[in-house]
Formats: sequence, C-alpha cells, structure tokens
Amino acid sequence: MIKVKINSQEHSWDGDPDLPLLWFLRDEAGLTGTKYGCGQALCGACTVIVDKQAVRACITSVSDVVGREVTTIEGLHPTGDHAVQKAWRQLNVPQCGFCQTGQIMQAAALLMENPKPTHDQIREAMAGNICRCGTYQRIENAVHLASTGV
Amino acid sequence: MNILTNPKRLRGFERHIKVDNVSRRSILKGLGLAGGFVLAAPVMSRPGFAAYQTGADKMPHGTVVDPRVFVSIASDGTVTIVAHRAEMGTGVRTSLPMIVAEEMEADWSRVRVQQAPGDEAKFGNQDTDGSRSTRHYLMPMRQIGASARTMLETAAAKRWGVPATEVKAVNHEVIHSASGRRIGFGELAADAAKQSVPSVEGLKLKDPKDFRYLGKGQIGIVDLRDITVGTARYGADVRLPGMKYAVIARPPVTGGKVASFDGAEAMKVSGVEKVMEVKGWPWPSKFQPLGGVAVIARNTGAAIKGRNALKIVWDDGPNSKYESVAYRAQLEGAARKPGLVVRKEGDVEAALKGADKVIVGEYYVPHHAHVSMEPPVAVADVKGDRAEIWAPVQSAGGTREDVAKTLGIPQENVTVNVTLLGGGFGRKSKCDFALEAALLSKELGAPVNVQWTREDDVRNGFLHTVSVERIEAGLDKSGRVTAWRHRSVAPSIASTFAAGAVHQAPFELGMGLVDMPFEIANVQCENPEAAARTRIGWFRSVSNIPRAFAVQSMVGELAHATNRDQKTMLLELIGSPRIVKLDSVKDLWNYGEPYDSYPIDTARLRKVVELVADKGGWGRSVPKGHGLGIAAHRSFVSYIATIVEVAFDNGKLTVPRVDTAIDCGAYVNPERIQAQMEGAVIMGLSFAKHGEITFKDGKVQQGNFDDFPVLRIDESPAVTNVYIVPPGPDTPPSGVGEPGVPPVAPALINAIFAATGKRIRALPIGKQLEA
Repeated sequence: MIKVKINSQEHSWDGDPDLPLLWFLRDEAGLTGTKYGCGQALCGACTVIVDKQAVRACITSVSDVVGREVTTIEGLHPTGDHAVQKAWRQLNVPQCGFCQTGQIMQAAALLMENPKPTHDQIREAMAGNICRCGTYQRIENAVHLASTGV
Repeated sequence: MNILTNPKRLRGFERHIKVDNVSRRSILKGLGLAGGFVLAAPVMSRPGFAAYQTGADKMPHGTVVDPRVFVSIASDGTVTIVAHRAEMGTGVRTSLPMIVAEEMEADWSRVRVQQAPGDEAKFGNQDTDGSRSTRHYLMPMRQIGASARTMLETAAAKRWGVPATEVKAVNHEVIHSASGRRIGFGELAADAAKQSVPSVEGLKLKDPKDFRYLGKGQIGIVDLRDITVGTARYGADVRLPGMKYAVIARPPVTGGKVASFDGAEAMKVSGVEKVMEVKGWPWPSKFQPLGGVAVIARNTGAAIKGRNALKIVWDDGPNSKYESVAYRAQLEGAARKPGLVVRKEGDVEAALKGADKVIVGEYYVPHHAHVSMEPPVAVADVKGDRAEIWAPVQSAGGTREDVAKTLGIPQENVTVNVTLLGGGFGRKSKCDFALEAALLSKELGAPVNVQWTREDDVRNGFLHTVSVERIEAGLDKSGRVTAWRHRSVAPSIASTFAAGAVHQAPFELGMGLVDMPFEIANVQCENPEAAARTRIGWFRSVSNIPRAFAVQSMVGELAHATNRDQKTMLLELIGSPRIVKLDSVKDLWNYGEPYDSYPIDTARLRKVVELVADKGGWGRSVPKGHGLGIAAHRSFVSYIATIVEVAFDNGKLTVPRVDTAIDCGAYVNPERIQAQMEGAVIMGLSFAKHGEITFKDGKVQQGNFDDFPVLRIDESPAVTNVYIVPPGPDTPPSGVGEPGVPPVAPALINAIFAATGKRIRALPIGKQLEA
C-alpha cells in the first residue's frame, strides 16, 4: 500500500506502484484537470507541481511521489484565483483550452522560481508545453502580466 | 419558447456529466495584447443586413429558427441559450449564444449556455466543419433572439393592457416608457411562453447601432473560468459508475486486420481485466472503426501497459507496399503529363509555346496529422437497444446516425452528448472513436472509455492528403503573365468513402485550384489521377494548404523572374476589381454557398493585400539577414493576406513578426477572430517548418511529438498583428476558423527567398536550409 499526498490530501494506492501519476490522478483519484497529451513528456499537458518543481505526470510513477507534495490544477489556489489563472482570464488566453491547465502549472512553477522572468526566459520555460491551437502570444503575455501586474 | 419556470431540458446530459455550463460572464478588461486588432470603422453600420442567401438550408437538416428550441427563461430571470455547434476552440459556444442574447436584449451576465446533444431534426445541422457556424447562423440566431424578444414584449403589453408598439425590451426587462413601468424577463417568463411564435418575415431586428455585444469583442469565452481551474469537461473527463478504461491496438496498415493474437502476457498486467478482438470494417471504411485488439482495464495506464504486452500477427492487406518516396515520384510523374481538365479559358498550350519565358514550379506538400492536444477519446454506455455517448465530436448529429446504424438500433434510442473538444481541426469530424466505444460497451455490458494514445492518433488517423502541385506560367516580353497551367495531383478524401476514387472531388478542386482568381487570358487547370493508400481526411483548410502554397510561391517566383516587388506582382495578377466568372468550371464548389451572395470579388482580395501592406509596413527596410514575404488567398469565402518577416541568426530561422488581414464580412466576435488568426499563423508556420508523415511498408513512420514536431512557443513569432476589414453594409458573414491558415506558409517561403535567395518548393522546410 502506497500513500501519496495530492493537494494536501492523502490518497492510498494498492495497485501497480509503477502506474504513471497521470493515470492515478485522472482515473483513480478523479482529478481530471491534469490532461493526457503524449505520454512521453513531450507536450506538457500533464504538468503538475511536485514540491516546487513542474513535472510531467505521464512519466512520473505513483511511487516516485511518495513523501512529496503533489499540486494539481485543482489545488493551485483555493478559489482558482492564482495570479497566473487571473492573468489567463484577463487575456482570454485559451482557444480549445485542453493544454491550458498544463500551461498554467508550468507558468506557476516558473514564477515560484523566477518571479520576474524576461520574455526570453518565459519562452524558454514554456517551450516544453505545446498548444496546437497556437495561443503562444497570449501565453507569453499572460505570464508576463502575472509576474508584473501589467 | 420553453420559457419554463424550471427548465429541465437536456436532463440526461446534466445527470451524468454534471457539466457546469453556467457561463462565467467574464467581460474582458484591458486586453493588453502586444499584437492588437484594428477596426478601422464601426461594424455593421446600416440597420439590419440586406437579405442574403447562404447554403445553410442545403446542409442536412438545414436551420431551425425556433426560440422554443434554443431559449428558455427561468423565473429568476436566468436565460438559458442552447449552443448546438461543437466548441473546438473557435469560440462558437460563446459567439452563437451571444447573437441570441444581443437580439433578445438579454444581459450576458444572466445567460447560461447549454450544449445541445446530437439531434439535427430538432436543432438543425450540427456539423461543425467548413468554417460555417457564424456564416450560416448569424441570421437564424438573430431571428431566434428577435422572436424571443417579441414574445416577451407581447406578454408585457398584454399584462399592462397597452399596445405592443409602446413597450420595448431593454437589458433583461421590458419597459413601458409612457407610464414608467418595467418588468423583468424572469417575471414575464411564464406569460411569454404562452405567446405564439412570431413569423420570421414580420420580425424587427435590432438596429446595429444599438448592438451591445455584436462586433464588440469584449466578452470572454463562456468556458474561460472552467478551463483555467481544471473543471472544463473534455471527452476523457466523463466518469460513470462501473466505467472501464480501454485502449485498442489497431492495424498498422490501412486495410489490414488481425490474423491472430495472444493476450496472455497482457492479462498478467496489474489492473488489466480483459483482452478481446474488436470488429473492423473493410477499406475504404468511411468513419467505421479499423478494428483490432482491445485491452480493458481499471485505468488507462494499465490498459496501455497491457497493450504493450500483446502479441499480434497482422494481415496487412492491400496497402502494405505504400512508401512515401516512391509515391512522391509517382505523383510528380503524373503532374508532368496531361490530366483531367477541370477549368479551361483560352488556349494555354499555344500561349505557353508562344511565351517569351516560361516559369515552372513543382511544389510538394506531404501528409500531415492533426495532432489536436486531446487525442480522440469517447465514452459509451450501451444497454440493450439504448446507447448514450459522451465524446468530443464535431458532428453530434452525424455521430448519432452512425452509432445507431453501427449498433442496429433506432436513432431515437441514441443520445450523443458533446463535451468540449480539445482541438478538432477536422479530425473529430470523423466519429470512428465514438463507434469503437459504442461497440466495446455493447460487448462488455458496461460503460467504457476508449482512449487513443498519441501514437494511435499519429498512426491511425485520417491524414491530410499528400500532393504535387505543378504550375507553368508563360510571360510575354513585357513580363505580363499570359498563360497559367496548374496540375494538381493528390489522393482525394472521396477515397475514404468509395473504392476507386482517383480524381479529386469538386469540393477539393474548389479550394484554390479552379477558383484561382488571377486575371490571365489563358488558364488551364488539370487533375491527373492519384489512388489513395491510406485514410485521407479533412485537415483545417484542407486542399487550400497545397494550393495556396503553390500559387503564392509562384507569385514570388514570377516577381523574382521579372524583377518586381512581390506585392506589385500579386496585385497585377489579381488584376482589375471584378467578380470572377468561372463559366468553364463544371460543378463549381463555392464552399457550399450561392455564388450570388459569395462571389469571388477581386476588389476584396486587393483590399486585404493593401491593408496588410499598409499596416504591416510592406517595403520597410529590414536588417541584413531579414526578409519579408507576402501571400493572399480566398478560402471559406473569406479573404486573407499575410506578411511574414523572417530573420536568420547564425543560420537559424526565426520569425520576428507576422501581420495578417482578414475580410470575413459581417462579424460577431472580433476578439475571437483575432484569436483564430493568431492560431492560424502558428499552425501555418508549424507545417511549413516541421511535421511530415511518411510511410514505409504501409506503416506510418512517426508516432509522437519527437518525430512529428509541431511549433513551440520558443519558435513562435515575437508578435502577430491582426487587422479585420470592416464589412460593407451588405457583406454577409464568411468563414474564420480555417482561412487564416493557407497564406502563412507561402508568405514564409517568400520571405525566406527574400532573405536568402533560396526557394523552398517542398514542405516542410526541415533541414533544407542547412548547408
């Protein structure tokens, strides 16, 4: 039996300890805000924060996060009003929206590490997250807005 | 109008999926985007629109203009408006209800949006494809809103005993200004429901100068909050009691099938519950499933791990020799010989022979995969002769029909609930994944989620066609183009529906081949044969991709050959402002629209070229190593022109700036038009730079974003500017979702030529610029 902590809540798991965290979150814990896009850490749709780092849940196993703090989009902010989420809404960033929870988690992790990133740093940090609708210009501006207020 | 005090419609949908469909009423503030949009004049400056015909009523099930179907009002004043088209990122779930709210004078902050299930007899055509939603539904949605408003006004007038002409609905209440009385929509709901629905002919539409929402662009998309907090529901987010999770191993070669399989190792994987063969249909299989072996498990991760342990022997079938290098050579060979003539003016053969100079360009665009961020996925619950589906499908009505046929049950027994689509781009116009889930649920006797992995999506999809476009242009001594022969060779989408389809269908020929708008005396378009070896399907903007790439690249080549500016060359070819006549084209396909309402108007094409050149600073001096390229293309009855600036930094290609201008006629939500143009630029740059699906031994050689890369943020333009042409007073609405895509790649290619002198004639660019 494995115990993991997700959004400050304990979950236990007695199945395959190698199960990717993504599928544990989605299919076992009912946290469907984390998305499947590639399964190989190529697209960033499944980005969650483990301790203070953005990780791809699709290549992280449940056993990897034992004793660590996992934050998903559902736990990023109690009322959904993290500066990044607010900036995303202010600039009407999403089109289809599917990749955006991963984008937001990646951006939130970036701002924890670097509260005032330059545009180049934003592009570098967000380059692992694909948006097929092509909302990149707004993503870049929203991360900038979240970090500066303008 | 189903103005019910307690609206309970579409109950089944709410019961299971618990969609929090309440619009979050976000009004955008301070859109501080670096690349803004420009509106040079007020929108829709004349009362109403002149009557115009669209092709809407020729679509299956046409349009339904009935407020009782689309609008309900609760006693607390909450107005619920049905969105009957699918949301895949275009903003249609916001824009169409906004039109109704506008006309009925509803306050957007008190509007809920409810997604319609598949039911075309009730809602009209639901096939969200072809950039049609706004152009087909602007007027019907206005009429629905105006009907609802009239019924509310009539109810208020009766209550007060005054003539209906003395009352007026304003922002969620009805006012009698003579007496100062006012009453809210909620209080009027029950009475309004009893009024007869007014005739469409007698409806009075709002004067556009009174519009609060239409043409303004200040409304956030209805799902904005849910998307940012992770509660927005996509196909894989549906949870039903007892639901199983499944993945399917499908034949790697189109038309192949299972010869034998061994599931013993898969069954040993923790969480795997069952392994079974599933039914496939012989090729060409339309939208029917490919068949294969399904692994059913308690979660998707276990199902995938189980599938990796399967041992399957495939019978590859008739396409096992499909090989991309040889196929390209075959297409090129066909393009160098005469083919079926599909447009003919003058005598192109004689004009080419008599030309002072002939420029030949042969352009290649390979197969491409949609790779929407949400791979195909569907949930089905089949019990006896009833089926309920939850899926991100572009065509809810078509899915319902196909599920009924596939299961052999009446359509009335099938409910198709449409979730949000995590991208569509044409892939989700095909409901094969929903049919797989339905068949599997029936076999299992339990609800099931069938998830496609990314590899499944890349290897078993409905690919964008592969094509060779060969253009020969004859010039006279003065540098005027006097002859134009364009041969287009590509397997047709028709091949997915019927065996032996070797010519392109009218709807493909009409996308940039026979509708070429240039003013040239001798024109011939030909379509040599090509047989498909895999499933071909619609990809955002479809055949316009290779056609605009070829035609607009050729414009750049002609500019170079005659030592002229690209824009000057482009405008000279477009020629005089006129309505293009295409008398020699049989079965001209004009995106399904009547030609009288939506002719090819070269004045409008010229105007977007001039606008983008003016705003985008065409001809500005750029630093060494930079170059500017321009391209313009009409598609989905809209007009677009795009300028791309490229820069080479130590040999590395970057795109500092893109400017794009669109004339889409009358419009609803310019902020989402801007978003669609921004996205179209990224998609166009993406397939221009990367991404090629190739076949060997009949199998797709790519599988995921490592070997099929798409554009990422660090390659995206530093800035994309969008300019929207204000419509003339009588200009009907035209497409937005797709037409931004085609001009991007040729503008990029022309810019690369300007910067480097190197002419790219095959996409993607890939390594072609490396020394």
